[in-house]
Amino acid sequence: MTGRMNERFELNKNLAQMLKGGVIMDVTGPEQAKIAEAAGACAVMALERIPADIRAAGGVSRMSDPKMIKGIQQAVTIPVMAKCRIGHFTEAQILEAIEIDYIDESEVLSPADDRYHIDKAQFAVPFVCGAKDLGEALRRINEGAAMIRTKGEPGTGDIIQAVRHMRMMQSEIRRFKSMSIDELYDAAKVLQVPYELALYVHEKGKLPVVNFAAGGVATPADAALMMQLGAEGVFVGSGIFKSGNPERRAAAIVKAVTNFNDPKVLAELSEDLGEAMVGINEAEITLLMAERGK
Amino acid sequence: MSIGILALQGAFIEHVMRLRELGVEAFEIRQLRDIEDGMDGLILPGGESTVISKLLRDLQLFDPLRESIENGLPVFGTCAGLLLLAKNVVNDGAPGFAVMDITAKRNAYGRQLGSFLAKESFAGVPNVPMTFIRAPFIESVGAGVEILAQTGGHIVAARQDNVLVTAFHPELGDDVTVHRYFLDNVVDS
Repeated sequence: MTGRMNERFELNKNLAQMLKGGVIMDVTGPEQAKIAEAAGACAVMALERIPADIRAAGGVSRMSDPKMIKGIQQAVTIPVMAKCRIGHFTEAQILEAIEIDYIDESEVLSPADDRYHIDKAQFAVPFVCGAKDLGEALRRINEGAAMIRTKGEPGTGDIIQAVRHMRMMQSEIRRFKSMSIDELYDAAKVLQVPYELALYVHEKGKLPVVNFAAGGVATPADAALMMQLGAEGVFVGSGIFKSGNPERRAAAIVKAVTNFNDPKVLAELSEDLGEAMVGINEAEITLLMAERGK
Repeated sequence: MSIGILALQGAFIEHVMRLRELGVEAFEIRQLRDIEDGMDGLILPGGESTVISKLLRDLQLFDPLRESIENGLPVFGTCAGLLLLAKNVVNDGAPGFAVMDITAKRNAYGRQLGSFLAKESFAGVPNVPMTFIRAPFIESVGAGVEILAQTGGHIVAARQDNVLVTAFHPELGDDVTVHRYFLDNVVDS
């Protein structure tokens, strides 16, 4: 990376640091974006259909209409993110052209490339990418991702995959931390990641960028569970606007992320939220989005 | 000396780490009981001011903290923290403590593509690294406000009595000039 791009990468990692301890909510229009902002979202993800509906509709799912995204940018003052397909660098160029604050190169959309992810270091705008384990996370960071999230299983309301991915990452981080240097050379080779990134994890005991939870969060307890497992913040997709009382549930999840370690507060927050999204169990789905892009 | 860091949302861990590097005790404020024992100083971190402002109220922290600041509690706000302390904020619907006689502009440099790094003098110390992330700046200051740093013709750090603000993020990176200034000149004054 050149000096200028290095500087950009630092600034982009820094923006993710400002989002920590916060909740990023999927919204499909300006009205939902305003509800999310008022409920305490630290950023919104603009998309035409939330993952549960993408799953229900089937077919190819693509980047959202820039006009719809711009409408959301005008409706709120918090950062606005949007998704492009894995490997679809032209969709990413379009999102950069409309000055999106963060691009999610996302497995929720249909992948455009089954081999190559986007060379994210070429962009000034930051990227967040999903990962199921430490290897995927470090490969995405090597490609230029300035923020990582678990993949989870979007649109299901089932937390099991996000838990699995976060536990896997944390356990691998702890393993890296305790390795000798010769073991670390081998571990980097096995995970197919650059040694420098492996060394960072070994020395600091964390990813080089901020790590959020995503995919299947439906309740304040789900959000707090992910925080206790080591997430630095939470994405909520279908869980809010597929529930009976989006305003109330959104606000409760925001507070649950702040006081994730206090069961008394969590108990109060979990009261009277109305119907949660119905959800689909892991075993009932045929399309595993988390298997897209490795 | 014990400094409370408002830990509702944003980059609060970074402030805790900078203070610990300086050998100062720091604790996180997430709910009312965290401030029962008082503190010698308060830091309002970067994050989203709309979120922090809402949570301050929802968690009943707003009134006691405002009262403490009005009674002279030393306070240091970075970025979103600056917006919470400013009396006037252009283009922001999230009312804060409004204790400092400045007019600030939110997201003054635009979206993330407008974020930047600078090196400027701060309170007479040259070449202090400054990270601006979707940052505000100070459009104008009242009579009792001391300007501590400027970049590109805009005021980016200022002090009024017990209140210190920066539009940038001294908690990112390893330079501790601004934190040391807060401890030596605001908390210890």
